Amino acid sequence: MANSAKEAVAAFRRAPLLTSLSALMVGLALFVLGLFALATYNLQMALRTVEERVEVVAYLREDARPVDVEAGLQILRDLPGVEAVLYVSKERALERATTELPEIAESSSALEVNPFPASLEIRFAPGSRNEEAVEEVASAAEEFPYVEDVRYGREWVDRLFFLRQIGAITAITLGIAFAVVAALIIATAIRIAVYARKDEIYIMRLVGAKHGFIRRPFLLEGAMTGLLGGGLALLLTWGTHQLVFHFLFELDWVPVSWVLLGLAGGVFFGVLASSLAVHRYLREV
Amino acid sequence: MIKLLDVSKIYSRNTVALEDVSLHVPKGQFVFLTGHSGSGKSTALRLIHMGDRPTSGEVRVSGFSSNRTSEREVWKVRRRVGIVFQDFRLLPGRTALENVGFALEVTGTPRKEIRPRAQRLLSQVGLSAKAGSQPHELSGGEQQRVAIARALASSPLVLLADEPTGNLDERATRGILKLFWEINATGMVVLMATHDLELIRSYPGARVLELDQGRLVYDSREAE
Repeated sequence: MANSAKEAVAAFRRAPLLTSLSALMVGLALFVLGLFALATYNLQMALRTVEERVEVVAYLREDARPVDVEAGLQILRDLPGVEAVLYVSKERALERATTELPEIAESSSALEVNPFPASLEIRFAPGSRNEEAVEEVASAAEEFPYVEDVRYGREWVDRLFFLRQIGAITAITLGIAFAVVAALIIATAIRIAVYARKDEIYIMRLVGAKHGFIRRPFLLEGAMTGLLGGGLALLLTWGTHQLVFHFLFELDWVPVSWVLLGLAGGVFFGVLASSLAVHRYLREV
Repeated sequence: MIKLLDVSKIYSRNTVALEDVSLHVPKGQFVFLTGHSGSGKSTALRLIHMGDRPTSGEVRVSGFSSNRTSEREVWKVRRRVGIVFQDFRLLPGRTALENVGFALEVTGTPRKEIRPRAQRLLSQVGLSAKAGSQPHELSGGEQQRVAIARALASSPLVLLADEPTGNLDERATRGILKLFWEINATGMVVLMATHDLELIRSYPGARVLELDQGRLVYDSREAE
């Protein structure tokens, strides 16, 4: 293995331009994938932020008894997907309204009666913010006799979940497409590099080198090219992220696991492409 | 050492390269394999070197059979059978020493032994002084000597030569032939394909096999 590694490094030194071009092609292919990953991740985060605002509000009747409300609160808390249920009193509702909408403060002080009803605000756990859970909880809340009205912004919630589905399908489809394109570009880059050394492979076969002896350095070279290309893609993606972050708008960096997956992907495709390219020339003598 | 048993080789579109060829080359023999272009000489060498398999029949080389040696085992045959070609097939960009050293390296020679052994092989073919030269700095005859040194790297039992003097002038040709005889004198089988009858006549001690349209039509040993 040590000899194969030495041979792989020596091959890099013998043809630095070709090696650099191969790594550059791999890097650019993975850079496109990296940009896509960056965009996807940030879209995911944005959607999640909006989803966190999904909640059901059950407005209570004036004559709702505290003991009934307490019981109802417990029932709602026990429903699947419910993270928390908050009781908002009439006074608290008025306080919120005057804080969030200052123009109400003046007019509300002139009122003798607080017009804002008490309510139960039902929040959902991550992973449970979906149409079915929301509708189930809303229906349950509507059953309570002391609940006047249940609101959850049905229209925008429906749109949000639709958008999330479209986003997921688009991300998967485009992700696969970009990955395939990246794989093809990597394969081409590696094939060119192996083709440039087909005479060496031929001579090795001619004089009696074992298959493994011939393949190993090329597989290592493929891995090194993939890793170099992956590193370059990482640098370019990070650079883009920094530019956007500093000059345009806030952008989250992707998780470490995604970075490692990208690098591993570069190495994997580099090795795979090398293996297939060398196999072809091994059959020629 | 080399046996062809009713060997035929038919390529696609029914091109018959060899037809029912049987021959035996025992240890230590020097053999000229002759015939016009397209008679099947290169095909025969290719089959002996296991660069291809016969359509029918069997090729046996130094204990290995074409019918029982898998693709992954061909390297074992190649270490017992060296081969040189008309166009030398050296690696450009590497010196004579590195070309020979490359063969030693890939056949498992310990690193510290590669250089001295490569130097000995170049010395054996009379090229010590040109160890540091690259192929484009060598004459045709010198390049062929490097190719021969490389073919000898694994200490083979058989040396095949496919028109090795085809690109050489008369003087270089004589030099290469002399070198082959010297190698044969060590006990190695030398099987040389050539259509140069002058060359064959200049070595009356060698056995001559003649192919014509894929068939073996003459064997000097049987003629005696």
